[in-house]
Formats: sequence, C-alpha cells, structure tokens
Amino acid sequence: MGDTRRSTLILGALLVALFVASVFLGRYPQPYWTPPRLLWEDPLAYQLVLNLRLPRIIMACLLGMVLSAAGFALQMLFRNPLVEPGFLGVSQGAAFGAALGIIVVGASSFALQGIAALFALLGLALSTLLARRIRYGGWTLRLILAGIAVSALFSAGVGLLKYVADPLTQLPELVFWLLGALWGVTWTETLSIVPVAVVALVIAYLMRWRLNLLSLEDKIAISLGSAPARERGLLLVAVVSATAAVVSVSGIVGWIGLIVPQFARRIFGADAQRALPGSILLGGNFALVCDDIARVAFAGEVPLGILTSLLGATLFALMMVAPAHTKSPHSAATPGEDHTP
Amino acid sequence: MNPPTISLSDVVFGYHQEGRAARVRSASKPLFQRLSLEIPAGTITTILGPNGSGKTTLLHLILGILVPEDGVVLLARRPRETYSRREMGQLVGLVSQDEYIPFNFTVLEYVVLGRAPHLQLLQTPGVEDISVAEAILGQISLAHLQDRSIQSLSGGERQLVMIARALAQHPRILLLDEPTSHLDLGNREHVLAILRQQAEQGVTVVFTTHEPNQAADVAAFVVLMREGRVLGAGTPEAVLTTAWLTQTYGVTVDVLEVAGRRIIVPSKPMSAALLAR
Repeated sequence: MGDTRRSTLILGALLVALFVASVFLGRYPQPYWTPPRLLWEDPLAYQLVLNLRLPRIIMACLLGMVLSAAGFALQMLFRNPLVEPGFLGVSQGAAFGAALGIIVVGASSFALQGIAALFALLGLALSTLLARRIRYGGWTLRLILAGIAVSALFSAGVGLLKYVADPLTQLPELVFWLLGALWGVTWTETLSIVPVAVVALVIAYLMRWRLNLLSLEDKIAISLGSAPARERGLLLVAVVSATAAVVSVSGIVGWIGLIVPQFARRIFGADAQRALPGSILLGGNFALVCDDIARVAFAGEVPLGILTSLLGATLFALMMVAPAHTKSPHSAATPGEDHTP
Repeated sequence: MNPPTISLSDVVFGYHQEGRAARVRSASKPLFQRLSLEIPAGTITTILGPNGSGKTTLLHLILGILVPEDGVVLLARRPRETYSRREMGQLVGLVSQDEYIPFNFTVLEYVVLGRAPHLQLLQTPGVEDISVAEAILGQISLAHLQDRSIQSLSGGERQLVMIARALAQHPRILLLDEPTSHLDLGNREHVLAILRQQAEQGVTVVFTTHEPNQAADVAAFVVLMREGRVLGAGTPEAVLTTAWLTQTYGVTVDVLEVAGRRIIVPSKPMSAALLAR
C-alpha cells in the first residue's frame, strides 16, 4: 500500500508542476515559452496569462478530472471495464443538447449546461432502456450496441442542427466546438462549470470505497447492507451532470474516460478506494498535457478532442497487446463474460 | 447472544415475467403457496431438492432480496422487514452461486468488502477492518492467498474466498447457495469444515446442495423441497430415507449404512431404456 500512496503523491506533485509550467507555456512573445519576468514587465503578457491561459488551464484540468472520474465510476457502476461516457449516449446526448442550445437559445453558459445535462441523462436512460430490451447477447454487448444506436441518433440530430445553422455565424462555432477544443475559454465559462464539477468529484471521492460494492452483483451488494439502486442513481446523476457541463464548454473530447481509468487500475490496482483518486489525478495530468500540446506545439491550434483521441486510441491499442504486469493471467482490461446485472 | 432462528410462515411467492408477458401474469401460479418452515438456530441446515424446486428462492426470501407476496419471515424472532439494510448486513451473510466479479481485486481487498455493514456510508475501512479480514483468512487457512488477484484463483480457492468475504461480515446467519458444486474433493471438505466451525461458534448455517451425501455428513437439520413445497424437514436420520428421497428426486435411491455413515446412491444406474419410456 506504500507504493500506491507514493504513486498518488507523485501524480499530485506532477499535476501541480504541470499546472505551473502550463502558465508559462505558450506562443507569446515567441513560440513555446513566456519568460516569467514578462509578467511584471509586459502588461500584454500579464493580461494574456491571466485572462486567456489561466481559465483555460483550469478548464483543461477539470475536464480531465471529471471525464476520468465519470469513466471510472461508470465502469464500476455498469460492472464493465470498457464503458466510457461516449459509449453510453452521454457525450453525444450532451453534444446534441449543447448544439441545440447554441442554435435555439444562443450561448448562455448556464442554460447551455442545463440543456446539455438534460440530454446527457436522456442519452444514458435511452441506452440502458434499449439495452434491457435487446433480445440477444450478454449485458456488455447489449449495452454497447444500445449506446452505439443512441449515440448515432444524437449524432444525426447534431448533423441536422448543423444543416439548419446559419453558415456565417453559428456553423463555424458549432463545428469547432464539436471537434472538442478549449480555444477561447473564458473565466465565465470555466467558473460556470466549477460548482457541478467539484460537487461530482467530491461525491465520487467520498463514495470511492463504496463503488467497489456497487461493482459486485446486486444481491451481494444488498447482502452487504448497500442500497445499490439508490447509491447508483446518486453517482450516475452526479457524474453524468458533470460530464455534460464539461462537454457543454469543450465539445466532445473522447477517450479520456476510457483510457485513464484503465491506466489508473494498472498503477493502483482494482480497489476504487485508491484507483479512483489516482484516476482523477492521472486524468488532470493527461488533459493538461494534451491541451498544452494542442495550444503550443503548432502555430495553428489542433483541437483537443483530436489529440486525446489520437493519444488515447494509440495508448489503448498498445495496452491491449502489451502483456499485463499484474499477477493474473487476465488484465483489468479484460471485458470478461457477459452478465446482466 | 443466542444463535438466531429462521422462521417462514405461510409464505406466498411467485416470479412474474416482466414486460409484455405481464398481461398474462394472473395465469402463472406462485412458486411458493403457503410455505412454512422453521430452521433451527446455531446448527447446519441443508436444503435438498432437484433443480427448480425453489432452494435459491428460499435463501433470497430469507435475505430480503425477494419479498413475499404474503406471509411472514422471522429472523431471530423479529420480522425481516423491521431490520434496516445495515442491520441485515450485520445479521446475514450470503455466498451466492458463481459470483461474477468484473474487476481484479486482490483477495484481501475483496474480503475487506465484507466489512461494509459495519461501516458508515462514506466511511472507508480502517486498520481494524483489515485485521478482521486477515484474521478470517488465517482462520480458514487462506492467509497465503491474501495478495493474489481474484482472477488468478482456481475455482476452489475462489469459492473459499467468497466464503471469507461473507465471514468478514461476522454474520450470525450464513446462507450459501450450492457452495460445494464444481469443487474437487479436497476443496469440498475444506468448505464443509468451515461450515462446521461456524456452527460450533453459534452461527446458523443454511446451505443448498444437490448432493444428499453432504447433508448426511454435516447437517443437523435437512429440508427436502420439490416444486416449491417442503416435502419433509427434520434430522438426517428422520428425513434421509429411501421413501423421502425417492419422492424428492423422482428416481429410486438406496440409503446404505457404511461404517456408521449414511451413504445415498441411486438404486441402479438409470438405463437408456428408461429415457426412451
């Protein structure tokens, strides 16, 4: 257990260091680096760091933490290590809601978040309901099939919204937002998601050991004094709302919710008491690194969602073929047999 | 504290198909129609019966996972529904059949989960909970498995670890659903020894099995079930007889006395001719 405590400390320290470094990483006045003394000498550098970089760095951190916590919690709640918000209609639902918000309501961040959360929950509800109705295959397969169908429905909806959007004003905003980017994130946007994100992270953190019970069969969880339906519901509403809030600002940023919890379990073991906090820290680090690359590495910004998918999918593929260094013949990534909860 | 009794009286329960079939549910007859049963305290009770006779359902009704449509379930002379979930977790432990665990916990992490009913909702297990889990593993000779991962265990080791998790609850009633099926001879005896040990410590142990010989070996009380009815209940000497067992399983059996032990065998191997009939 000393090992995992050390890993947690290292990840925490890394996050702080990365956060501080990110403040000085950028393309002003020259590519890659803003010397710290400019903050005092150059008012433009000061403004740029305070009003553009800082909210964006905080946003990237929260995004990584929320998506990783949500992915981790969903995996345990659905008893399936291959679940992530994007597979269950949550992300696409949120995207549809937010796109609808941009076009119909105009973009007020709180209204946008509300609509996104509503459609994210709707997406999750539709996926699970549909999964229960599918007449063949195990629970994992049915859940993934249902998630694909529901996500596709919402994608079609988003496509329709793009079609009717005003090509000069709304469409570019919509398209860039859908690619998943933190370009031009303001303090207002960042601060607007802080409450939901923090509440969800705190709930997930407080219930971290309890998550283990919820990953067992219902009858076993009940026999251990848990109320699985109620506890699951609370956690689901918390993480799905937070995911929707993040997505309403960033657009769809894929793979973080799948890949980060997998790596966290490799480092910390399966016990959520240690792996969930580890996953949150790892997620913050991962998103911050990806966003730093997105805004610093190239002259023209690469959308964050493209980078996380590129890195995430590559790492996932490598992890699947790499031998597990756990003591078991099966890795944590093994989807296992199909079971209906 | 006295060991707790388990008592069911006039229990009515049936499974109803969900979904579209719900419209025809009035047509389905309940599995249990006025089932009554007294299970004695602080001993081993074995529930015997063919597949589909309602053994597992009976355990789930005692635990409260299933709720009877009518009738009363008393645990330690108190109606089951008056216990809170936490109190139930402290009173009753369950080892279900073929539990599927999707995440690769270590044995110790998994056994510590048994401490949940003794912790508050947001509490994490402390040093003393880990000591309890370690002590349980030691008590049933599994200390060497402590740091192994669940998915690396053999079927027999796995079953013993499931039992350890239930024992970490310090339950006063222990329910086990076919704890010895799929186990080799050595592991089976290990499981039965643990159950004897628990009964000696005053735990009311109830387990289902397909194997009448196990009932003869360890049980102080035997319940024979068929199609949701209790055919007979009593001491092994009274219940494990040719007449009762033949009625329960629908094949004729012989009960032999060998070196003071009861051995139950089919009268003669079922011939192919019997199948064709």
